[in-house]
Parts: sequence; C-alpha cells; structure tokens
Amino acid sequence: MTTQINDCIRLEIAGESSLMLYFSDYERASSVITPSISSLVQQAEQLIRLHFSAEIIDLISSYASILVVFDLSVIDHHQLRNQLRSVLKQCGSVGMKQGRLVELPAYYSLESGMDLTRIAHHANLTVEQVITLHQAQEYRVYAIGFAPGFAYLGEVDERIAMARLTTPRLKVPKGAIAIADRQTAVYPAQSPGGWNIIGLCPIDMFNPQAEPTMPVEVGDRVKFVAIDKTQFFELGGVLPCVES
Amino acid sequence: MSKIISCEQAQKKSLQQRGFVVSDPGILSLIQDAGRFGAFNLGLTNGGPADSLAFYWANRLCGNAINTTAIEINLGGLQLKAQTDCIVAVTGAPMPLTVNGQAKACWQSLLIKAGDTIHLGFTDVGVRSYLAVAGGFEVKPSFGSTATVCRESVGGLNGGKLLKHDVLPCQVLSKADNSQKQWMLAENDQPRYVNEVILHTVIGYQQAHFPDIEKRSFFSSEYHISQHWDRMGYRLQGRAIKSDVNGILSEGICYGAVQIPADGQPIVLLNDRQTIGGYPKIGAVISQDCAKLSQLRQGDKVHFEPISMSAADNMFHLNLRKLKQTQLISYT
Repeated sequence: MTTQINDCIRLEIAGESSLMLYFSDYERASSVITPSISSLVQQAEQLIRLHFSAEIIDLISSYASILVVFDLSVIDHHQLRNQLRSVLKQCGSVGMKQGRLVELPAYYSLESGMDLTRIAHHANLTVEQVITLHQAQEYRVYAIGFAPGFAYLGEVDERIAMARLTTPRLKVPKGAIAIADRQTAVYPAQSPGGWNIIGLCPIDMFNPQAEPTMPVEVGDRVKFVAIDKTQFFELGGVLPCVES
Repeated sequence: MSKIISCEQAQKKSLQQRGFVVSDPGILSLIQDAGRFGAFNLGLTNGGPADSLAFYWANRLCGNAINTTAIEINLGGLQLKAQTDCIVAVTGAPMPLTVNGQAKACWQSLLIKAGDTIHLGFTDVGVRSYLAVAGGFEVKPSFGSTATVCRESVGGLNGGKLLKHDVLPCQVLSKADNSQKQWMLAENDQPRYVNEVILHTVIGYQQAHFPDIEKRSFFSSEYHISQHWDRMGYRLQGRAIKSDVNGILSEGICYGAVQIPADGQPIVLLNDRQTIGGYPKIGAVISQDCAKLSQLRQGDKVHFEPISMSAADNMFHLNLRKLKQTQLISYT
C-alpha cells in the first residue's frame, strides 16, 4: 500500500506498527545520497516530532528515509497515514538548513591507518594526497545507527572512494577513521568491520556518561583536522594493538 | 559522630542485603524491562523481553506494572539466593523450578523467605523464561530503560549479562504484603511452547522488488531455524527467495523485519537488531508472533502467512483485550 504525499515523499508499510517514508529529488526518480534529500529528511523528522509526540514511539532517520514507529494502542495506520500526509505536504518548500560544524581531530599515519597505503596504491596517489583529500571535504552526518554512536558521513572525494574489505576484520579499533565506498565514519567502539582504516580519532563518539552522549547529530557538518602523534596522546588517544 | 557513621554503615549494609545474590547466572540471564524506546537517534536498539507475553504474565502475577524490571533466563541454569522475604513468579519456557530443592510450579506467585535458594533447571522446549519479583528489581536505567543489550554494553547492572555474585536489589516485603493472596494463571490461559509456529507477516518495505512468484514461494515454504538464532535475529533455512535488488540505501529496521540477503535465506530481526541496515526486506512479522519465534531454537520450523495491516491491527487489539480480561486465580 503506497501513498504518495508529494513529488518527493512516498509512504510505505514497514510493519504492524511502523510506516516508512521514502524521500527523493524532484529530478531523480530513486532515492540517492544528496545533501538536499538529507535536509528534507531532517525537516520531515522535525515536523513529525512536533505534531505526533503522543502517537510516535520512535523514529529512525537515514539517508533518504524515516522509519516511523507508532503506538498501536493510540492510533492506527489509516489515521496516521492521513495525518502524515497533511502534515508533510508542505515539506520540501523551504531551503536547506545548515547544520553545526564539528571538527574531529584525526591522527593519520601508517601506524594508525593500516589501509592508507592500499588506498593510495589503488587511487594512484601518494599517502599524503589521500590524507589531504580526506581532510579537504566537509562531510554531512547522514545517519546514525548500526552501532551506538556510529555516524555515517558522506561523501568522500571520488578519488579516495574504496570498496569494503572482502573479508571484514574481526577487530576494528575504537576511534578508527574509515572509508567504505564514498562514506566515511569513526568507529565508536572496537567492533568487527570491513571499512578501510586511514587513521584514528581520539574523541569519544559515544559516551553514555557524557552530555551530550555524541559529539555529532544527523544534519551536522564534520571536518577532519590532522593532528600529530603527541597531540593524539594529549587528547586521550590510545594506539591499539596492531592487527592487519 | 562515630555513632552516626556506624548507623550509616549499618544502613548501607542492610540496603545491600535487600534482594538477591546470583549464585549461578546460568547460560545467559539478562535484566530486562519492556525495552528502550526513544534512543534510536543514538543508534541504540530496543532490547527488552524476547517473549513479551511471558514477561507480561511474570509481572502481572507479582502485581507489577507491565514495564517492571525482571530477569530473562535463556535456556536455564539460574540460581538466586534471597536475602529478603519477597514474592516471585516464573513464567515462559518450562524450566524445572525449585525453592530449597523442592519442586515448585511456574505461572504462579510464590512466597520466598530470606535465605531461600531459587533454582531454574534447563528447558527442552522453548528457550526463555522470566522471573519477576513483586515491586521489581531496582536497577538504574540507562537511556530510560534497564533493558540489557550485550552487543551495545548498555543496560542491566553493567551493560552485560548477570554474573556470579551479582547483587539484585528489590523491595522488602512488608508484613501486610506477606499475608497477601497468591495468584496463579489457569493452565488453559498459559501459552503452549511448541516446535513449530506460524509467523503472520505484513508485506511491506521493498516488497515491490520481490516478484509475485518469489512472494508465493516465501509464503508457501517451510523454513527451519538455522544454527544462528539469538536475541538479535533468527536466520532461517529453506527455499531461497530472490529479489531484483542486491542492496538498498541503509534505512531503519523495525521489530520483526524480514531481511532477505543475497543468499535468499530470510532473517527475522528481533529485539537486539541493529537499528539500520542495507539488505532488502519483504515485510515484517507481527509482534505477537515474534514473541513465539523467540521461543524456538535450531531445527524448529516456521511458516510465513501474509496478513493485512488492518487484520494485524485487529489481532493486536483482540490480544490486548484478552490479556486484560483474563482473570488470575487466587490460591491461598
């Protein structure tokens, strides 16, 4: 059961108590990664939080979608569908809002970025050029998920885009700055993972005791700033045991 | 001054002693309330009781609100030593329950005395049982909930499963409570734990990318639970289902979502699922049936059956009404 809300928002069923909003550009038929779609997602999320505080249990925003989990004992999907349609009709008519700019320190080196050489070789660039290109871009926080505090940032310069490892590593260290295709991220905790590691960030991406818990939120802009080894340790960074 | 300190120390000591000590945590015992809601924006999943129905009954038999913190016992083996008088109830998969070595019935409230040892043996059918205590276990919530999600190191006492020597504080039973009636759930009203269930599934998400023939095949085939089944999700084995997309732009995953990876073998995502992912989904199993699925283990069988949103909605409300109308039986 599909409901077209306007030219760029489509509503689908997800589950018994959840609906899915899909967003697209006027120009493009399918959902893709663009800052304008992402800002449309954010705009819609704010409207939903504002208008449906009693009916909605939680929301998951991503690149071009919002999962709306609602309380079945308060509203049914017909009512919610109709109300979402009227609330979100105006969505897309306002301009793009600029998110906060967050600078994340990055210790790029061969000892902290075990895949730097591989990316450089693949891209036919020097390691220094890879590092420069990764810092040159201002990234957007498109989504948070997969693990607590894992922020999907995009998009890296096409030249340093790199496919995931064929066999994921069992242990990616906490703080690893990594690339997968044109996405980049900082691993908030040690975990398995298949992204290409290019450096380490000494800042906690998820700290249950801190306020706020995360340094970034969806819609923020992120810039990586290179630091040296001394600064990395001063900021509380820890070098992990090496695993290739 | 010294008297005050010793008083405080004495008070502290007595506070520590209210509750239970874990003398054996069993295979996997977890502190759970109804789940963590409102923290998706940090990437935190729901957690909560895998079998929400058994969890509901454990709390209701203790006279608790439905969101009260209890223990989920996976497969069995939990042993607790009570340090206070209290009322407990055990529900869910049939695990042989003893108090000081004497067999006791599940699905009823039990008076426990300070010094008693509660033990749960292992279950042959079903996977998870719930032990609730009147007034609930007093655990500090993290991100609004006490639900333990081990993968995220969030909830419970220290973000993980129960360990030997853990102390689980609870409310002390007053004299008035002590004389209270005890309750049981009639056998007819107790859920049955079996090896085969039907999973009613709402068609949704990327369903348009699954050709009709594949959908028909999905709903007419029998699937087995593979060796990979846990609180995060159940990987199934059976006829492979093909879609015309390999991956999608990562998006939110709801409770019960049925993900079809490239090998075509469905994965039903449950309480501890990751919040977003990029595999195509054919729809989602309704919550009541997710609770039933959570009681299955490797080799057990499931069938998917399509259900409309409206029918799912009706089933949800009928179930809610039935639960409310079910009367407990007083037995003392």
